[in-house]
Formats: sequence, structure tokens, C-alpha cells
Amino acid sequence: MERIGKQTIKFNTPPTILETSSIVGPKEGQGPLAKYFDQCLEDEFWGEKTWEKAESKIIRENVNTLIFKSGIPADKIDYCFAGDLLNQCISTNFGLRDLNIPFFGIFGACSTFVEGLCIGSVFIEGGGATNVLCATSSHFCSAEKQFRFPLELGNQRTPTAQWTVTGSGAALLTKNGTGPYITHITPGRIVDMGIKDANNMGAAMAPAALDTLIAHFQDTGRKPSYYDLIITGDLGYIGKDILTDLAKTKGYNIKSNYNDCGVLIFNKDEQDTHSGGSGCACIATTFSGYLFKELKNRKINKILLMATGALMNATSSQQGESIPGIAHAIAIEN
Amino acid sequence: MEFLQSIDWMLLLRCFIVGGLICVVGQILIDKTKLTSARILVLFVTIGAILGGLGIYKYLIEFAGAGATVPLLGFGANLAKGAIQEVQNIGLLGAFIGGVKAAAGGIAAAIFFGYIASLLAKPKIKKQ
Amino acid sequence: MENNPLETKQEYSKYVDKKSPNSPILKNCFNAFWVGGLICSIGQIILFYCKYKGLDETSSATIVSIILIGISALLTSLNIFNKIGKFAGAGSLIPITGFANSIVSPAIEYKSEGYVMGVGGKMFTVAGPVLVFGISTSVIIGIIAAFF
Repeated sequence: MERIGKQTIKFNTPPTILETSSIVGPKEGQGPLAKYFDQCLEDEFWGEKTWEKAESKIIRENVNTLIFKSGIPADKIDYCFAGDLLNQCISTNFGLRDLNIPFFGIFGACSTFVEGLCIGSVFIEGGGATNVLCATSSHFCSAEKQFRFPLELGNQRTPTAQWTVTGSGAALLTKNGTGPYITHITPGRIVDMGIKDANNMGAAMAPAALDTLIAHFQDTGRKPSYYDLIITGDLGYIGKDILTDLAKTKGYNIKSNYNDCGVLIFNKDEQDTHSGGSGCACIATTFSGYLFKELKNRKINKILLMATGALMNATSSQQGESIPGIAHAIAIEN
Repeated sequence: MEFLQSIDWMLLLRCFIVGGLICVVGQILIDKTKLTSARILVLFVTIGAILGGLGIYKYLIEFAGAGATVPLLGFGANLAKGAIQEVQNIGLLGAFIGGVKAAAGGIAAAIFFGYIASLLAKPKIKKQ
Repeated sequence: MENNPLETKQEYSKYVDKKSPNSPILKNCFNAFWVGGLICSIGQIILFYCKYKGLDETSSATIVSIILIGISALLTSLNIFNKIGKFAGAGSLIPITGFANSIVSPAIEYKSEGYVMGVGGKMFTVAGPVLVFGISTSVIIGIIAAFF
């Protein structure tokens, strides 16, 4: 692998994404991408007593599904990179405690999935691993409970608010495969443009997405049109609009081949999800369910997958801090 | 039907309008200021207590009945009224007793029903 | 081309405000008005009934509070209040029903952390400030009343 430009790494023997799997909640199961997911749950508890236990079960079962689908036994998987939104990543830590694979807990808020893919592919390329597992989860109810208000509280959601995706996405990376390959990674910098409204995450994260996007194009010398699809994690309708706009002011026209997972995963008008989906599982399930299949079927061949994260918690919001954003990009090509 | 005849329909109408208007003020605050619901409730109860303490709020209650007492402004005014009355009865100590005493029924009911609800109900996702 | 919206944080904040849709304030206010008015009217009818039964004013007012709080608690536990709240906004928040909902909803939500520290400890996460500021203000008013 080699470093190109300011912050991009180019892989000489790029790792393959061998297999993915996804489990989503009932609301996502009624959304436009329903048919692509491995499993759509009937209810948010999934037979568990608490939201947190339900989220742990979702990531555990999803990782088991991935191992089963990939045909690679768990003892051949060298490392696991996973994380979620709950304090100290408890749903991942508890969900994967019986996995018996060396484990790194990672936190990048909603950018965790691509953060995992970045580190995992460097591990493989560097010779430290042959097979690496990356997974994340989020759950609407546990996230609301931790970040916002009790579910039974009779409050109104603002039009800029986003809906945390319930579910888990996981991917298995391998050294010797036939693609789709992770060819470049562009880890992002923390960017904070002073947005304080926790109900407008898209606007808070869009500048970070722009920063990474520009870095990627400058480092690789590629143009937006190189990709069949440029896709961000959870900017939602407002963030998508802002990023398209900001990219244009910087001289990059991404209007025709850019979309956002938070926009794709729900039907805005029918499902009343306001500005769209969010959460770790937003990009993780959309990629694992929908985009990976499109890559496999060669309907799309080159995508720039860019996960965005809002690096805040309830305490920082109460203390009046603004919301730092981050975005990590990876180029996936057949 | 004797009860229906005892209803003061004009008072009921004033109650509806005043109660509704107080809520509209709250709605404008929600939509225009991004204040959380907890802050809006605090604002209303504090303003209510001040208006009650100044002796202004009782005129609104006379005019609109439950339209003034049911919104949280009325809860605040009631706290202040209780404190003042108790001070008049037993002196300075009343300042610490009167408010909670006047609101005791509501507070105890909310705590009790809240506890009962937690025994019976299960959290559910909102379908919105 | 206009100014670069990323030049300063202030510029960006202004730009974001412009990009973000506003709440449908007229519709929200209308719903808040009639639902809020209706809840107060239910209170008023209970008040009339208490008066008809010959109860004094203070007891009647307390009965109104308890009944409305009871209804609100019931609707909260049946998962109905949050739907009313979404529709009516301040219309169900500002009446005493909103206060009750803000106590009952964390009680249900935090049940998973046990009845003592979960229900008991978290019951006032939303409504606690109302009591702190309401009661403190009443104490100050009482003290002032004692001296003047």
C-alpha cells in the first residue's frame, strides 16, 4: 500500500469484500430497500426485555449470518472491528462477547462502518490478517432513549430531524478474492462548523463530508464522474442538499451521481421520517443489503462510499457544545 | 339533565378560547425558538408563578376558569397563591409549605400514576 | 456566486437556516389551539360537575388536576399520548396533561433499569425542572409576601 496525497491510502493488492449481511427493524422492512435485506424483524424487541439487549441480539445474529453466508469458519477470521452508538459500545461488546474472534471496539458515531472497513483493509494489506470482519448496529429506540427523550413523550419532531435506523450491517474482507475491491481509503478529519442543533445532524456533518470528498479527489486525481455512484451515510435530505451545493461552490459537480443512504432507506412521504435515516446501521445496512448486491451484479462498478458521523453526546449538547462531524471515504471497484 | 342546565356555556367557550390561545403561545415558542419541551414547561410554570404572585393571574381564572387553571401557567399560579395564603395564615414558614401544599394533589397523582403505569405498560416504538 | 458559506461559522449557520425547512407553524398552531382548548374544556366540565355536586373551589380544582393527570397517564401507557402529542404539540404539552406525560413516559421507558433507580430515579428527568423552578419561585414569592 502507499500513501498518496494528503490523506489517502492506495492499496496495491486491494482486499476484496467477500460477503455482507444485514438485519433491519420493521420500519426499514417497510421501506423501499426491504427486499435487499437478509432479514426484516417483526418487532423492535425481537423477544428481548430491553432495547439494548435487542440491539445486541441484532448485531450478534447478523454476524452469525455473515459467517454462515461467507462459508469462512469463525476460527479463520483473524480480527473483528465493530462498534455502535450506545455508551461504551455496549450493544457490540455484549452482542459479540461469545464470538471468540480477536476484537477491536471502534467508535466513529455513524461513520463506524466505514471506519472499520478502512482499518480492516489496512490490516489485510499490511499482512496482518487474511480475513477481517467489520460490523455495526444501531437501534431507534435505544438511541432515542440515550440521546433524546423517552419514546412515550408526546413531543413533535422537527422537519430537520432524522430517524435512527434499527438494524445491523456487516462485511467480511478477505485478502485473496475476486472483488469488489477496496482500492483506496480516505480517512477524514474532524470538521466543526458550529452547528449546535442536534435535530439537524445533516447540516452538522455536511462540511466534514465535503472536506473528505475534496481530499479524496485531490489525492487520487479523480473526478466525480469517475464513480458510478458517490454515496454518503446519513446526511439525509437536508445534508444531501447542502453537500451537493457546497461541492458545487468548490468546483465539483456531484449532482448526477450522488445519493445518500438516509435518503434511500426510507420513503419520506409515507413513513414520516422527516429528513431521512441516520445511525450506524443506516450506511451499514444500505451497503450490505443494497449496494453490495448491485456491485456483485455489476449494475454499478465504481462507488465512493463515504460514512458520516456526528461526534457528540447528550452531555456535550446540554453543555452548549457544537457538533463536530467526520466522514471517512472508501473507493470500492470491481 | 339538571347538571347540563347548570353549565355556564359562555364560560365554557371562554375557557376553550383562552386555554387554546395559551397553547398557541407555547406552540410558537416550540417552532420558532428550538426550546426543548422541558424548557417550555419550566418557562410556563415560572411565568405562571410570577403572575400568580403579582395577583394578576386570578383575573384570568375568573374570566376563563379551567382555560387558565389547566395549562401549566395555572399550576405555577397555584403554587404562588398557596405560598402567599399560607404566609398569611402562619407567617414566614408558610412560604415553604404553601406552594407544595396547594399543588400536592397533582404532584402526588402524577407520581402515583407514573409508578402504576411503569408496572403495567411496556415501552413501545412510536409510529411517526 | 454568493459568498462562500463555509467562510465562517456564522455564515454557515445562516446558510443552514436558509436550507432547512421550517415547521408548518400555522397548521401546528391550529392543532395546538383546538386540542389545548378541548383539554381545558374537559377540565371545565369536570369543574362544573364538582360545583353541581356542591364541592368547594379548591377541592374541585384538585379533582380536575387528578382526573386529567390520570387520563394522561392512561393514554401514555396505552401508547396513545405520543400520537396526540405529535399531532397537537403544545396543545397537549402545556396543559397539566403534558406535565403528567413527562413524568409517566420516563417511568415506563426506564423500567428496564429497575424500579428503584430506573423508575424512581428517572421519573423526573423531564418534569423535575418544572417542580424545581415552580416550587422555588413559589417559595421566593411566599418570602416576599411575608415581608411586604
